[in-house]
Amino acid sequence: MSRFEWLEEYRARLEAGGVPLQGDGGTRLPPARVIQVEADDWGRAGRYSAAFGCRWAGVWAEQRGGRFGLYCLLEYRGDYLILETELPLAAPLIASHAPVYPAADRQERHLQDLFGIRFGQHPDARRWVRHAAWPAGRYPLRDDFPLNGEVLEETPPDDDYPFSRVQGAGVYEIPVGPVHAGIIEPGHFRFQAVGERVLKLEERLGYLHKGIEKIAVGRDPVGLARLAGRISGDTTVAHTWAACLAMERAAGVEVPSRGVALRALLAERERVANHLGDIGAICNDVGFAFALVQFSRLRELWLRRNHELFGHRLMMDRIVPGGVAVEPEPAAVGLLQEDHRLLRDELGALYDILEDHPSLEDRLLTTGRLTPETAHRLGCLGYVGRASGQGFDVRQASPHPPYDRLPVVVPLFREGDVAARLRVRMEETLNSLDLLDRLLLQLPEGGIVREMSVPAAGARGIGMVEGWRGEIVCYVRFGEKGRIARFFPRDPSWFNWPALEQIMLGNIVPDFPVCNKSVNGSYSGHDL
Amino acid sequence: MLRILDRIRRIGVVTETPPDADDTTLQQVGIEVRRVVEARYGGSLAIRQVDAGSCNGCELEIHALDNPYHDIERFGVRFVASPRHADALLVTGPVSRHMEAALRRTWEAVPAPKIVIAAGQCACDGGEFGVSYACRGAVADLLPVDVLIPGCPPTPMELLRGILAAIRR
Repeated sequence: MSRFEWLEEYRARLEAGGVPLQGDGGTRLPPARVIQVEADDWGRAGRYSAAFGCRWAGVWAEQRGGRFGLYCLLEYRGDYLILETELPLAAPLIASHAPVYPAADRQERHLQDLFGIRFGQHPDARRWVRHAAWPAGRYPLRDDFPLNGEVLEETPPDDDYPFSRVQGAGVYEIPVGPVHAGIIEPGHFRFQAVGERVLKLEERLGYLHKGIEKIAVGRDPVGLARLAGRISGDTTVAHTWAACLAMERAAGVEVPSRGVALRALLAERERVANHLGDIGAICNDVGFAFALVQFSRLRELWLRRNHELFGHRLMMDRIVPGGVAVEPEPAAVGLLQEDHRLLRDELGALYDILEDHPSLEDRLLTTGRLTPETAHRLGCLGYVGRASGQGFDVRQASPHPPYDRLPVVVPLFREGDVAARLRVRMEETLNSLDLLDRLLLQLPEGGIVREMSVPAAGARGIGMVEGWRGEIVCYVRFGEKGRIARFFPRDPSWFNWPALEQIMLGNIVPDFPVCNKSVNGSYSGHDL
Repeated sequence: MLRILDRIRRIGVVTETPPDADDTTLQQVGIEVRRVVEARYGGSLAIRQVDAGSCNGCELEIHALDNPYHDIERFGVRFVASPRHADALLVTGPVSRHMEAALRRTWEAVPAPKIVIAAGQCACDGGEFGVSYACRGAVADLLPVDVLIPGCPPTPMELLRGILAAIRR
């Protein structure tokens, strides 16, 4: 089926429902099409889109003088559609999409806290990213808010967040975090439990809010790429790629094909590194230390190779606007092919052990189930989605070069338990090794980077990249002299964190670590 | 079970057979860490790590200190769950304002005398994020810091050297 064949019917349905649409759905934000909607019709447009079957993939805003521009990203059959509207700064009230798209809940609250946009009929209007760094009624992403803020003294703790409570005989509450027991990112989890059984888990995130969207403003493309590489350190390659794609599309710059292939090489290496770490860590959380030792050994070897060939263990700043910053030695191809062969052998032996270990099976099967229905409702992405029947993968559904010429295989399960999320990672690791071999075989000759041109003020671009956690979306708008006016990176974790709350229902408190690890949401990528 | 044992036998102990020069350096620095930990910390140095705004890059490399190649525990260094059990605080990140109070409270919970190590470029000077409405920047602007470990992120080797510098003081 050709691209956007469904769009006509979609428009007809919305217009029949009394939602007049403007714009031709032209390609002003490729690969997405853009349709303008009246602000009053925003809620209905969301309802009709949900009924049509569109996946909700994010919402963001920008200030344009005395008005806000608001964007909602939808996806249907691998095609991206953007709904766009405008709101007056003085009275920014618009209908929420959260009643039909639960995934919109926290992202709309993010806009509420940072822009002061109010969402009518929102099921939960509590603050989200705002703790105590700025007062209620002030909005950091508005133009009148100074970069350095308005509060100079110590930031008090966020003591009075209104957590929801469960009441009843024997119900008790366990607060955990923000500082956790291990070497992990900070966040707060509030459990309501009876005995060991979890009745409710409520997440409270935002501790890592670093003002990324604000400090991006005024950067040049190189500076923005560096910042994007530090949104979530484990996803440095994919976030940088998404930001560069957005900037290159805005500027009309085409990356040389060798640079494109090398970008994919780095991204697939990042996927493998993270999956190796996670496979070991998930097993370790149910006491199978053997796997942790073996997989962290393989991960370390992989990172050492990154350092040797690409100059950085995590491959930060290797993707730059216009291409890549690193040209591997000619000998690297053979070295990597041998690595892949050895790793495949090792994984074969280790997978045999994992798959045939009764105590592992006992602890991982049926633990932390996320039903396909819930995963669909929440819009879950990456391995969380694919373990629960949601097969979307940018590389397959909406492939950008070089994936348009690569056979991307997407593992799909419906069990939705920890074992399935482990299984997806195991298969994706092998699939990435296949892709890596193909990339090496077909590595084009030529340059690896093209100079960025300075785009006109107002030029916009979006980038979608399948990071190891799932679909990353990045929006960029340029201002004067090639400086960034707006940057919004949407990490897939926005869609998977809410799933963890559902996953924990009815599970026991001691299984929280393994459930959490199986989802492994990014705190930093979410908190921005 | 036999397969597991076989796997373990075949892989061997990667920790004790340094495959390249880097690991020899690791051994040397590690042995020096062990010596100082023996002399000054009764054989065991407990570190509490706090992520105060990091992108998680530093945490990945701190984790790598525990993998079988580095195996920092053999040098007498371990990461503990409670600040009350800690000799040292290893802080990462540009101190997001939302983590400020938690960082102070964790620091207060560490019994004196205590060491504070700022790990990673952000913890040293704010890094890519600097000071803004959301970040306080360098850890040293909030807490007395003993040692800085620059790098984005610092490698496991750089982290180990930084820990050595901190306990040698």
